[in-house]
Amino acid sequence: MDGPLSVAGRGRFGAFSLDVAFEAPAAGVTALFGRSGAGKSLTLGMIAGAVRPAQGRIAAGARVLFDRAAGIDLPMERRRIGWVFQDARLFPHLSVARNLAYGAQRAGGLDASAFQAAVGVLGLERLLERRPRDLSGGERQRVAVGRALLARPDVLLMDEPLSALDQARKQEVLPYLERLKAEARIPIVYVTHALSEVVRLADRLVVLEAGRVTAQGPLAEVLASGEAPAMAGRSDAAAVLEGRVGAHAGALTAVDCAGARLLTPRLDAPPGAAVRLVVLARDVLLALHEPRGLSARNVLAGQLLDLKPRADGTVLARVQLEAGPVVLAAITEDAAQSLDLRPGVGVWAVVKSVAVEGARGGLLALFDE
Amino acid sequence: MGGLFDIGSEVWSALGVSLVVAGRAVLFALPLAVLAAWLLARGRFPGRTALDALVHAPAVLPPVAVGFGLLLLFGVRGPIGAWLQQALGVRLVFTSQAASLAAGVMAFPLMVRSVRLSLEAADPGLEIAARSLGAATWDRLFSVTLPLALPGIAGAAVTGFAACLGEFGAVITFAGDVPGETRTLPIALYAALQTPGGEGEALRLALIALAIAIAALIAADLLDRRVRAWTGR
Repeated sequence: MDGPLSVAGRGRFGAFSLDVAFEAPAAGVTALFGRSGAGKSLTLGMIAGAVRPAQGRIAAGARVLFDRAAGIDLPMERRRIGWVFQDARLFPHLSVARNLAYGAQRAGGLDASAFQAAVGVLGLERLLERRPRDLSGGERQRVAVGRALLARPDVLLMDEPLSALDQARKQEVLPYLERLKAEARIPIVYVTHALSEVVRLADRLVVLEAGRVTAQGPLAEVLASGEAPAMAGRSDAAAVLEGRVGAHAGALTAVDCAGARLLTPRLDAPPGAAVRLVVLARDVLLALHEPRGLSARNVLAGQLLDLKPRADGTVLARVQLEAGPVVLAAITEDAAQSLDLRPGVGVWAVVKSVAVEGARGGLLALFDE
Repeated sequence: MGGLFDIGSEVWSALGVSLVVAGRAVLFALPLAVLAAWLLARGRFPGRTALDALVHAPAVLPPVAVGFGLLLLFGVRGPIGAWLQQALGVRLVFTSQAASLAAGVMAFPLMVRSVRLSLEAADPGLEIAARSLGAATWDRLFSVTLPLALPGIAGAAVTGFAACLGEFGAVITFAGDVPGETRTLPIALYAALQTPGGEGEALRLALIALAIAIAALIAADLLDRRVRAWTGR
């Protein structure tokens, strides 16, 4: 299949009313992000055909899965969706190999090279003869992902695949999901309430709240808008920076973000590894002169791009760093006036903390709980 | 007259009849019990309550009444019996097959219950997973639902077999007491007790029934463990 997944659906499910519309590009990860009860899983169920919206249209590329107006409603078994569940749902009476083959056999036969490729990407070589009961939680999820992929789906739906795992298991599975994301040529819809997973995996973000889409777009754009409200009450705008691990020094790791060097708590990643950093706007101070004698380690020169007043009385300032990326700073209106901040002014951005998935102490994980 | 362990040909005959009658009954009743259990556990259709009542009726009716009902239906002048005789030339009453039918009907509620419990204990999420992987209704039933219900199905076979071996009232009413044909262990036991001086024979029959019961319990336990291991529990 080529083409994006487009979803539009509206309906009442019990006391819950859902009204969502979004698109997931033909490749890459689209995260459905929101608190528990925001309607994320229900949205997946709607795409999969487990629940039927009263109105709407769902299409995977040119294949229409559901169209109320046209009277199309493919049953789940004919939608060609790969669905990865929170609880893996492997068939206990089948070996790992036969679990993997289950969907493939029903999608025109098991292709040996596809099988080998999936087994390789997900690291399942030594698990094939085992039964699900003899697998760890992380291994089960990897098998579940492989089983869904081998059914040659048009779309991969992942419903909080890591949320039932402890922190160590999450770290074990995440690299496999990253490889999957790099190799899969289908839309991946990834449901989560964990910002750490969003930052690590998502290319696009769809924010859900009470059954409505409140924001959607490329990850960095949505986070910069400050409309990702599910950060456990820490609603704030944030800059997402793509970086590479530089050198480790003691408890710190230097990360290069398009030329700017930021220090983070030590990362468990080798030099050269790609990482995404999140810098919350309220963790950034602005100074007109280079500050000295600060406890904050990241002080970067830049230029003010613009200032946007916000509803809460603060001002969101965008700062173009001299080297590369843009960061956001939340400052008070009073401060903006007394410093006479205007677009084009040279400033120093003091970054108090940088959140990055994989850091010791897991700063991002803190947002999730 | 020999000792306690001098087992005569009539005892062997009753044992053989019992095994054949019970074995055949389970063979035919088990697939139907699985189907009924599946319909009752998963089906949403009009008449479900009626089916439920019909399936369970033998468990709450006097066995003799069930045997009588079978006579009315399957007797030579009964609607099904007459048809069988005309269309197929089969006369069921007072045959070994009749004994199996009566025993199977009596054991049916037990068998359905065992299968149904294991179907209801199965995780419905697994069926949704199978469905998302492209398996339609019958495919799901045979590739996921029934294999996972196998402990219950095996249990139904064993308890059904044991119940058929012990069935008395319905069998004697519908199939009579024909030595070598429908005289099962309990019927032979009853007949021995009615015969003056038959206590020795009755005791031997009772001991054989006990031995079978113990063997069945052991077999059931072994089977259960095997099946559970196979289903990955």
